[in-house]
Amino acid sequence: MLNNEELSKIKTARENWEEKVLNKTLEKSPESKEEFRSVSGATVERLYTPEDVADIDYVEEIGYPGQYPFTRGCQPTMYRGKNWTMRMYAGFATAEESNERYKYLVSQGSTGLSVAFDLPTQIGYDSDHSLAQGEVGKVGVAIDSLKDMEILFDGIPLDKVSTSMTINAPAAVLLAMYIAVGEKQGVSADKLRGTIQNDILKEYIARGTYIFPTEPSMRLITNIFEYCSKEVPKWNTISISGYHIREAGSTAAQEVGFTLADGIAYVEAAIKAGLDVDTFAPRLSFFFNSHNDLFEEVAKFRAARRLWAKIMKERFHAKSEKSMMLKFHTQTAGCTLTAQQPDNNIIRVAMQALAAVLGGTQSLHTNSRDEALALPTTDSVTIALRTQQIIASETGVTNTIDPLAGSYFVEAKTKEIEDKAMEYISKIDDLGGAARAIDFGYIQKEISDSAYKYQMEIESLDRIVVGVNKYQVKEESPKGLLRVDPIVGEMQTKKIQDVKSARNNDAVKSRLEALRTACQGTENVMPFILDAVREYATLGEICQIMRDVFGEYEQAVLL
Amino acid sequence: MSKIIRVLVAKPGLDGHDRGAKVIARALRDAGMEVIYTGLRQTPEQIVAAAIQEDVDVVGMSLLSGAHNYLFPRVVELLKEQGADDILVIGGGVIPDDDIPNLKEAGIAEIFTPGTTTSEMIEFIKNNIKDN
Amino acid sequence: MEWIKKMLEGDKRACAKLITAAENNPEKAEKIIREIHTHTGHAHIVGITGPPGAGKSTLTDKVVKSLVDEGKRVGIIAVDPTSPYSGGSILGDRIRMQDLALNPNVFIRSMGTRGYLGGLSKYTKNALKILDAAGYDYIIIETVGVGQSEVDIVKIADTILMVMVPGLGDDIQSIKAGIMEIGDIFVINKSDLFGADRTATEVNMMLDLTMDMKRRPPVVKVVAVKNEGIDNLIKEIKSHIEYLEESGQLEKRRKNNMKLEVVELIETELRKIVISHTDKENKLDGRVAEVYNKEKNIYEVRDEFLRAIKN
Repeated sequence: MLNNEELSKIKTARENWEEKVLNKTLEKSPESKEEFRSVSGATVERLYTPEDVADIDYVEEIGYPGQYPFTRGCQPTMYRGKNWTMRMYAGFATAEESNERYKYLVSQGSTGLSVAFDLPTQIGYDSDHSLAQGEVGKVGVAIDSLKDMEILFDGIPLDKVSTSMTINAPAAVLLAMYIAVGEKQGVSADKLRGTIQNDILKEYIARGTYIFPTEPSMRLITNIFEYCSKEVPKWNTISISGYHIREAGSTAAQEVGFTLADGIAYVEAAIKAGLDVDTFAPRLSFFFNSHNDLFEEVAKFRAARRLWAKIMKERFHAKSEKSMMLKFHTQTAGCTLTAQQPDNNIIRVAMQALAAVLGGTQSLHTNSRDEALALPTTDSVTIALRTQQIIASETGVTNTIDPLAGSYFVEAKTKEIEDKAMEYISKIDDLGGAARAIDFGYIQKEISDSAYKYQMEIESLDRIVVGVNKYQVKEESPKGLLRVDPIVGEMQTKKIQDVKSARNNDAVKSRLEALRTACQGTENVMPFILDAVREYATLGEICQIMRDVFGEYEQAVLL
Repeated sequence: MSKIIRVLVAKPGLDGHDRGAKVIARALRDAGMEVIYTGLRQTPEQIVAAAIQEDVDVVGMSLLSGAHNYLFPRVVELLKEQGADDILVIGGGVIPDDDIPNLKEAGIAEIFTPGTTTSEMIEFIKNNIKDN
Repeated sequence: MEWIKKMLEGDKRACAKLITAAENNPEKAEKIIREIHTHTGHAHIVGITGPPGAGKSTLTDKVVKSLVDEGKRVGIIAVDPTSPYSGGSILGDRIRMQDLALNPNVFIRSMGTRGYLGGLSKYTKNALKILDAAGYDYIIIETVGVGQSEVDIVKIADTILMVMVPGLGDDIQSIKAGIMEIGDIFVINKSDLFGADRTATEVNMMLDLTMDMKRRPPVVKVVAVKNEGIDNLIKEIKSHIEYLEESGQLEKRRKNNMKLEVVELIETELRKIVISHTDKENKLDGRVAEVYNKEKNIYEVRDEFLRAIKN
């Protein structure tokens, strides 16, 4: 950024400072550690100066918000125009109970919905399936048929809210149900706004709620891209997620590298399926984690934006700037929450949320203090939401765009993370792309290596976790945790029986058979799934048809 | 030659979060144990069949989904049915304190909640496996 | 031992207990093998080996499913390396096979190499004999093809499957020449991937270059994950069995392996005798001092010890 003359002046001044000031101090009192490292284990220097950013071209690499390469943000006015969407991930037990929680959140100022589904739903089993035993309604809401979806959004006008759904393997089915609920409310598909996660690769890598093998899964995803580009144009068709990769133990650079490598795989699949990059790429969205290391996280978000813009422009020759923008949702890091002294989590979440805002997130979920113990209570969720509102309304950090830009430290780290992430992407390219790198277990192995290292650092006290390995106190068992009544399983089973006896079973059968034929062929399956959903075919029935045709994914583990 | 401790590390139910299970598998290996890792989505029946064929000393289960009250006791029950109740069964994950007494009552020897170190777990295993 | 009786009746827990006993305690191992010997020799032993990432476990899973569908009983021994640092290991091959775990006609056992660096231990051999006596028609032994194990597998398996995949670097080049000779069937897994044809061609070329082969091993392309080509592979395994039986190779191979085993057992015992003599009153140290001081040479010392042992 500076010319040689200025740089050499700065260098001389630094050497002078080191000799006359720093070294004297170090002789008298050395620093507390020989090496300082970030949460991700990256070296952090004592001081960053203009020398560290000398190679960074401001206009080319940093630039202006709303302009390539979007390092400073996707919109030209950022939070001065509109705050991020405060989107609290919620859902548990039955559709009735979750509907109540959504209405509460909206009444408290939440600006977007985010649906958590239970595991049987995420893996395509109805609540009465033998593998669903003990799991119904536990980590999210149980959805078996359109009936449940109607209840879930009862009294919530779908043309007024944007809804994010954390659903992957059966994303097409849940999206179809959402469209069908819209139809019943008189809201046409082109008015629906929201996101489905629909990111199967990270399920293989880190989250585990996969169903089908890679190939048919990629087909389902590109089918959704294609369908939505025509029928549901305001819908974000995928949320390419680094969140769970980070939760599984990756470093910040790995989070960016592996997530963007997944993104590349989706873009390639869609192009291979005959789609033009600029028709679907603007609807790709991302989802990142916000961990404890404030500056590293801000640098990470900025690096991800810049790198994705370059990839879309240079690798995929996107023409539209919208295709190059990495827009992302953020969730604070669940893995940093401690079961010990749970109120401390409020502070952690606040710092992490601040990092996400300083990093320019488009929407944010803040975790609740009690989530290392159970699903959050209403009180805890309210504090988490208030945390966002305080950042937005009281701290002033939203007044100017990308306030940490130009910090020698943050710019140097942004570049460092971008470079490291690119190294991972190149390595994955060498292995034949993300899907194959997953198949060989490469990505999983890299993540679990980092996770193991992190755990060992905690155990050797190289890494301090307040309340866990330092500043511990004797604690009482926490009271008043949210509990999901085991009766939910029976209630859902009863509901399925009612639905099955009320619907037109011949129509269901013929729709399911039509879906089977579509799956066996090469057509877009979305319209067939929508037809089956409208007739109240259950999620399990639809997924079983696809299981029959597509088979099931087998996990790759390298330990 | 002393006997090498064999441990089955299993993920029962549908929960896909295996960070903890993998970290523990490695820590047990580094403590000189043989770890049989079953991967995700194991039914209690599969876990018990594996435990018996592998003749393990310990079954360790990790579960974050909240289905522990059903799945953990079911494994103990099935082991008992097969006459294999000499196997030490332990569990870990997001498990509220209130659930622990019942789980112990059902035959789970210990529940490790978030924040437990791998060395505590290794100690527990070494001190509690049954000699046979 | 009552476990033996139960094992012979088909009890899986007994089978498992015996394998553990034979793995941990040499005296127990000997006792077990002595007792079950007459029950062994019926199973056909298939070795599956290849580099990490070749999809051996998935292939094993599919081969076993296919055999079980025919009504066969199948035992599986999956061997993974033991960490030389801790002596522990992570045995992860079951992950791909867990839906077989509940099949009454399947028994799966994971084993670490335990001190036999990269190779198969005699424990593996004992486990195999126990499964053989337990009446399994086929025993599949799956090992990672690094170090010694792919050579060791010749000493215990009747049919050896060498598994390869396209695109694992310069795989063919890195395969040592000796390996081409031990493979009875070459399997190109993940053959839907780019480069599969090239890999197959390269294997065929290597096979053509390998002289003095009584039977040219077939090269079979499969996609284990999709269960493609497995039928063909099973056919080739059976045709190899037929060949072994008709040509008398089976008997020859097994006798040869028994010979090696007996010699190994004798060597083990002899080594114990040698150690007991050389260790006694630090005799060896005294003699070595004499060698060092040029009072004696190593052959004189050898002869002294041999005389003492013979007496």
